[in-house]
Amino acid sequence: MSTEARLRGDRLTLAYERRVVAEALTVAVPDRSFTVVIGPNACGKSTLLRALARTLRPRAGTVLLDGRDIHTLPSRVVARTLGLLPQTAVAPDGITVADLVARGRYPHQGLLRQWSPADERVVAESMAATGVADLADRPVDQLSGGQRQRVWIAMALAQETPLLLLDEPTTWLDVAHQVEVLDLCARLHAEQGRTLVAVLHDLHHAARYATHLIALRDGRVVAEGDPRAVVTADLVRDVFGLDCRIVADPVTGTPLVVPAAAVPGRR
Amino acid sequence: MTVLRTRAGHSLRWRARPLVVGTAAALLAVALGVLAVGGGDYPMSPADVLRTLAGRGSPAEEFIVGELRLPRLVTALAAGAALALSGAVVQTLLRNPLGSPDVLGITQGAATGALVVVVTGGGSLALSAAALAGGTAAGLLIRAVTGARGLTGHRLILVGIGVSAVLTGVNGWLLTRAPLMDAARAVLWLTGSLDGRGWQQAGPLLLALAALGPVLLGRARALTAVELGDDTATALGVPVDRVRQALLGAAALLASAAAAAAGPVSFVALVAPHLARRLTRAPGPNLVTSALTGAVLLLAADLLAQRAFADRQLPVGVVTGVFGGAYLVWLLAARRAGRN
Repeated sequence: MSTEARLRGDRLTLAYERRVVAEALTVAVPDRSFTVVIGPNACGKSTLLRALARTLRPRAGTVLLDGRDIHTLPSRVVARTLGLLPQTAVAPDGITVADLVARGRYPHQGLLRQWSPADERVVAESMAATGVADLADRPVDQLSGGQRQRVWIAMALAQETPLLLLDEPTTWLDVAHQVEVLDLCARLHAEQGRTLVAVLHDLHHAARYATHLIALRDGRVVAEGDPRAVVTADLVRDVFGLDCRIVADPVTGTPLVVPAAAVPGRR
Repeated sequence: MTVLRTRAGHSLRWRARPLVVGTAAALLAVALGVLAVGGGDYPMSPADVLRTLAGRGSPAEEFIVGELRLPRLVTALAAGAALALSGAVVQTLLRNPLGSPDVLGITQGAATGALVVVVTGGGSLALSAAALAGGTAAGLLIRAVTGARGLTGHRLILVGIGVSAVLTGVNGWLLTRAPLMDAARAVLWLTGSLDGRGWQQAGPLLLALAALGPVLLGRARALTAVELGDDTATALGVPVDRVRQALLGAAALLASAAAAAAGPVSFVALVAPHLARRLTRAPGPNLVTSALTGAVLLLAADLLAQRAFADRQLPVGVVTGVFGGAYLVWLLAARRAGRN
């Protein structure tokens, strides 16, 4: 492959205790891309993300970070290179926004290095970039879902990693907050030059925000590349089993998937 | 939040409130300690107590302070601190505010060990050793049933409840096997008591605290990451399974050591971390403040148990049970009222 990729999965077999989710799955995340992984439920997209983030150990194959097996690298080194926003993050009772964001500095801190000037600056910048600076002293459990998700993204940003993985960052959010969070991701990608990998459910969002799309079905890559080239009616039928027409998004010009299944009496 | 930085790039950060609370608790422990050593059938003034501690008391005073009252005081403080540390760690790792070593069956395991010794007629040293061994064995049993990766949330709670239910049954059976006198001794032990505790109880407990305290405090930072969920902690670079095993192991040993010295004193492990969190208003496990709070709580409870009724002394477990339970009910009621 011609493009550079610091993060790759090489012939991965991914499995939970009994269920094998993917076999011989090979993917590469192009540097400085906003890569979005799509696919139907249970296709293995979140599992793939968890393997890339080393929260799931592949049964076979290797995840390579800068050319080395991610499980042999010191965990602090990985934590300074690759951040993750999982679906399972829990905010401790009563913690404030600033305190939670500050916990993203963990891999940069130590017993005698508890709060460096860099920690202070990066936490402030992360809160500013995600628009939660005004909420700094508010308890996280009093925030709305959209605000809370921005706080978690701020925490992941504070980790200061060139690569950031997001597992379904828009689930549970209403449509306005979904767009807000994705706009934020697009801005972080464009302005800060970070490589982003997100698992998304919504094809329309994926096609609109991704610079690189990976479509999975049954643990296999069905198509990947620029969404303008990749998202076709054939692909959607192949991956999701949905008949559709593709039109240009009137706002961005990116592919917009319009389901063809007609309600009787309307067309 | 206060930050101290050196030119070499080192930095320390602390919050004012936990520091104030911690200092206040330590001072309170000293004041109660002087009161505890000074009071009793042979009253001594605080000045006498300090003079005797400095080694300039009469032989009688030296004996009363050095051999009777001081070891009891030290046992109370150390057991309170050990139970509170154990409770704070378990509550954080289970992500459950009702977590404590009792929920995991550690305390019941210690009781099983102690009861076996009571039934077979062993001495108090054997009883302590058996309690420590019993609690440790219960911890190892849980570890064996769940596996290293299963030491999380609901699974751990369920296995712990199962283990503690089985052990409670065993303990009941052992009690029915004991002759009446031994059964009375066993029930006193099961309530938790500091009566007649000497250096042979205080010494090993202090050793356990000195050895395991640093194990916990050294992982306090990692614990604040684990609090955010396993995946988040892994992403932050914390070896979650290893940290959790070390912390739970140390917590189980501390609870067992406390039970070996003072019996399974109820509610201190549960209540002290809650109280510390409310007082400090700081997120996170608050290990140091919890330990100091626990030490003060158990000492205060023991003073009450000794002095509240002129004609008779109570086992300290009665006091912690009554007050701990009442505090918990009040806490839940206040929280509910706050919601409505």
